[in-house]
Amino acid sequence: MTAMTASTSAPEAGGVKETPVFYVADEHEHGEGGSTQLGFWLYLMSDCLIFAVLFATYGVLGGNFAAGPSPKDLFDLPLVAVNTSMLLFSSITYGFAVLEMQKNRKQGMLMWLAITMMFGAAFIGIELFEFTHMILEGATPQRSAFLSSFFTLVGTHGLHVTFGIIWMITLMVQVMKFGLNEPNKRRILCLSMFWHFLDVVWIGVFTFVYLMGVLR
Amino acid sequence: MFENFDLQKAIFGRLTLESIPYHEPILVVTFIVVAIGGAAVLGAITYFRLWGYLWREWFTSVDHKRIGVMYIVLGLVMLLRGFADAIMMRAQQAIAFNGNEGYLPAHHFDQIFTAHGVIMIFFVAMPLVTGLMNYVVPLQIGARDVAFPFLNNFSFWMTVSGAILVMASLFVGEFARTGWLAYPPLSNYAYSPDVGVDYYIWALQIAGVGTLLSGVNLIATIVKMRCPGMSMMKMPVFTWTALCTNVLIVAAFPVLTGVLALLSLDRYVGTNFFTNDFGGNPMMYVNLIWIWGHPEVYILVLPVFGVFSEVTATFSGKRLFGYTSMVYATVCITILSYLVWLHHFFTMGSGASVNSFFGITTMIISIPTGAKLFNWLFTMYRGRIRFELPMMWTVAFMLTFVIGGMTGVLLAVPPADFVLHNSLFLIAHFHNVIIGGVVFGCFAGIAYWFPKVTGFKLDPFWGKMSFWFWVSGFYLAFMPLYVLGLMGVTRRLRVFDDPSLQIYFVVAAFGAFLIALGIGSFLIQIVVSIKNREKLRDVTGDPWNARTLEWSTSSPPPVYNFAFTPVVYDHDAWWDMKEHGYKRPMGGFKPIHMPRNTGAGVILAGLSFITGFALIWYIWWLAVLGFVSLLATAIGHTFNYNRSFNIPTQEIVETERERTQLLQSAGA
Amino acid sequence: MSTDAHASHGHAGHGHAGHGHAGHGHIAPGGHDDHGHGGGHPESTLSGYLTGFVLSVILTAIPFWLVMSGVLESKEATAISILAIGAVQIVVHMIYFLHMTPSSEGGWTLMALIFTVVMVVITLTGSLWVMYHLTTNMMPMDPSQLP
Repeated sequence: MTAMTASTSAPEAGGVKETPVFYVADEHEHGEGGSTQLGFWLYLMSDCLIFAVLFATYGVLGGNFAAGPSPKDLFDLPLVAVNTSMLLFSSITYGFAVLEMQKNRKQGMLMWLAITMMFGAAFIGIELFEFTHMILEGATPQRSAFLSSFFTLVGTHGLHVTFGIIWMITLMVQVMKFGLNEPNKRRILCLSMFWHFLDVVWIGVFTFVYLMGVLR
Repeated sequence: MFENFDLQKAIFGRLTLESIPYHEPILVVTFIVVAIGGAAVLGAITYFRLWGYLWREWFTSVDHKRIGVMYIVLGLVMLLRGFADAIMMRAQQAIAFNGNEGYLPAHHFDQIFTAHGVIMIFFVAMPLVTGLMNYVVPLQIGARDVAFPFLNNFSFWMTVSGAILVMASLFVGEFARTGWLAYPPLSNYAYSPDVGVDYYIWALQIAGVGTLLSGVNLIATIVKMRCPGMSMMKMPVFTWTALCTNVLIVAAFPVLTGVLALLSLDRYVGTNFFTNDFGGNPMMYVNLIWIWGHPEVYILVLPVFGVFSEVTATFSGKRLFGYTSMVYATVCITILSYLVWLHHFFTMGSGASVNSFFGITTMIISIPTGAKLFNWLFTMYRGRIRFELPMMWTVAFMLTFVIGGMTGVLLAVPPADFVLHNSLFLIAHFHNVIIGGVVFGCFAGIAYWFPKVTGFKLDPFWGKMSFWFWVSGFYLAFMPLYVLGLMGVTRRLRVFDDPSLQIYFVVAAFGAFLIALGIGSFLIQIVVSIKNREKLRDVTGDPWNARTLEWSTSSPPPVYNFAFTPVVYDHDAWWDMKEHGYKRPMGGFKPIHMPRNTGAGVILAGLSFITGFALIWYIWWLAVLGFVSLLATAIGHTFNYNRSFNIPTQEIVETERERTQLLQSAGA
Repeated sequence: MSTDAHASHGHAGHGHAGHGHAGHGHIAPGGHDDHGHGGGHPESTLSGYLTGFVLSVILTAIPFWLVMSGVLESKEATAISILAIGAVQIVVHMIYFLHMTPSSEGGWTLMALIFTVVMVVITLTGSLWVMYHLTTNMMPMDPSQLP
């Protein structure tokens, strides 16, 4: 882009004037994926709004127990605290994976990714345990609007984490096979955004659903 | 058929032979017509050996121009279906007086008005505006493709997949009988246990994924891929409106996805979000769906505001009046459109404070829209106006849209809305803004950019026929509805008791008939134009003496759009180039890096269709299989790292030399 | 990223200032300069992640402690504090884990985030407000409100 061409002079009334440059003559190759980060961020923003709908629904319907169990009867805060810590640990370990990636250390990256995945799986396991426990007590999603919106909100977050785990496995295979090439690095950073974004949503969940629910 | 009834259920879900509506003569005739037409088209494609060409050059194409054209073709095809529904309703309402039941049973009539709304919004208006944006935006910003070319292809096929689901409901099962927004509790399982609402849900969910991704794609394109010199305030107005529209898409469509997911949970799992029992609240659905629904109307109308801005400036031979205010007005509308949703259900009973807030915001949103109208008028003022087809549509829009806008402000007054809610006045109002705005805008856009796409102009005679039929037809069809609405006639009625109303419906039906002639003329116009293409040929690439960058390249543009990335200094970049002695570069070409075509989009969308169809009919094994293959294909696609190629210099030299010869032959 | 190599070069070098057309004197910033280049990602650091982690553990522990021990007498005070702490924690995550800075992607990510937050707030508070008024106006559940 630094070179200049097409500086032909165009005669104009009042003197000879230079034609401005209207195109880039010496173009550098633009690497692929320059828009990926932004595009993925935009997708995450749209996901935010799905969660906004679910939070709004929980906010409006969350008090409608229909003579069924209420948050106080159901929520086990110590368990939620353990679950939250799983997600927090998985965040920092994902951070370590990114740091390893920046140093181009493939093995270290894979190891931290595997640890992250285990924390994620533990989170899902605890959540499934909580859900089964509630359902066995008769607190099913069909029982009341409160439970419908609770299961949907928390379950949607859980589905996202599950999807993140599937993605993580795929990515680990790809890194093992193709190494830490540019596309893979880009994907690791996208998944990093996804994973940390799920943390942020979880902050909303444990504050707005669990803690506020028990307070109510 | 099967000895073991349960086996049949396991294999086919609730799909039985009874699901095929062979006992409804209207549908059977339709099916025969569609089957013959479809067989003819498929046969012709096979006979002329076009399958390979279509697959390689179109279906798998990641070229934003081809995808844009396919979107517009989809929109026009679906327009025929949506309009068939419209004229059936008009005919029914025109004759169903004095004890005459008309020819449509209630069951069928209810499906028709639902399908009409769904198709016209999601599968006509959306593809048309998305198609225009897809085609024009990268050219206007001097880019070679969109930011994510594969996603673009995938988005398109997801939209097609949704459209096919809606079409399938015509012959396999039935469509929803709930109105186009499927309000619960009517749309809940208790009152609509049939497949209709499920068709509705899955068609919109699948198409919605496509719309959302294309929104993300176009925002990233506009933000990241503008050519050097094009700062935000030097973007063409159409690109600005496209940006705002896509911002709205990304902000609004997740809400639709969310609320439809909740409705499907109610229907499939038995949760209690929108039921009347166990603490559910149907009004929450209405609230949520309009949080999407109101931005949606601006998603449709903002791009055509952009079209009108380009057309007005071009055909008045002047810079657009008030570019900056136009941009700010667009941004204002983008934000305000998110603050007015409750005006769709003032009568819900939220009380005075809520209703007055939303009434006032609704009235405020008319201010930036009004500012835009004045800008167009001032652009025309003292301009050298050429009344070619796009400009005619624009003038018709200005007149019609002002009427629609004013009735909109009437409806924004909550007490007035309590009288007019759900009346034909409302129907007249929103058709007034959607036909007068979006449809006229799409026709203006198609007529304006057609020579860019094909290299020849549209035939003006049939274009004018289409124009006059559409405009006069529109007024005849909808002005009577305003009167009827003021008299208190509500929407979606199949038969009437008061014979004095009949004349209005007859006039409206005549108007719809004129619109049919307008659509016919439009199709004839395309055929005639293709036949006379040599006479209508434009070799310059700039047939209208236009102002923005898309006109600087050849018509049709080469795959790579621009041999060299342009550098711009003004929002009317091409005009600026012409003013300052721009010379087409003749040498120094370099290889150009372009994305490779891929069939993954078609396959993924096909699998989505299968999954959706299986979910509608409770064919669980197929749903699971479809979903798992969908996931597997998507993951498999990510293993393909080889997604681009270089167009060799030789090919670019060839292409550019051909254009040079063409330009010389025209004496340009 | 390979594009970072020419991230810093501007377009001032085109040097067509002398052609006498006022509008062409310079290329306004913001057009091409931020495209493809601002991309990249700020290098993450160990200290950044650790700071974020420690803060986030503290900010998680406090609300759980507040609710489980019930130290604050009034429920309102507890609710307001946990909501406030939650908001702070979200900001912490945004900065230390998601690396949000005003300059990433030429400010576009932050702009998108602010816009989204506005939309989320409108959706949430709007729905709650609208539905609360609906409930109070249309469903007098309290028998004393019945006529």
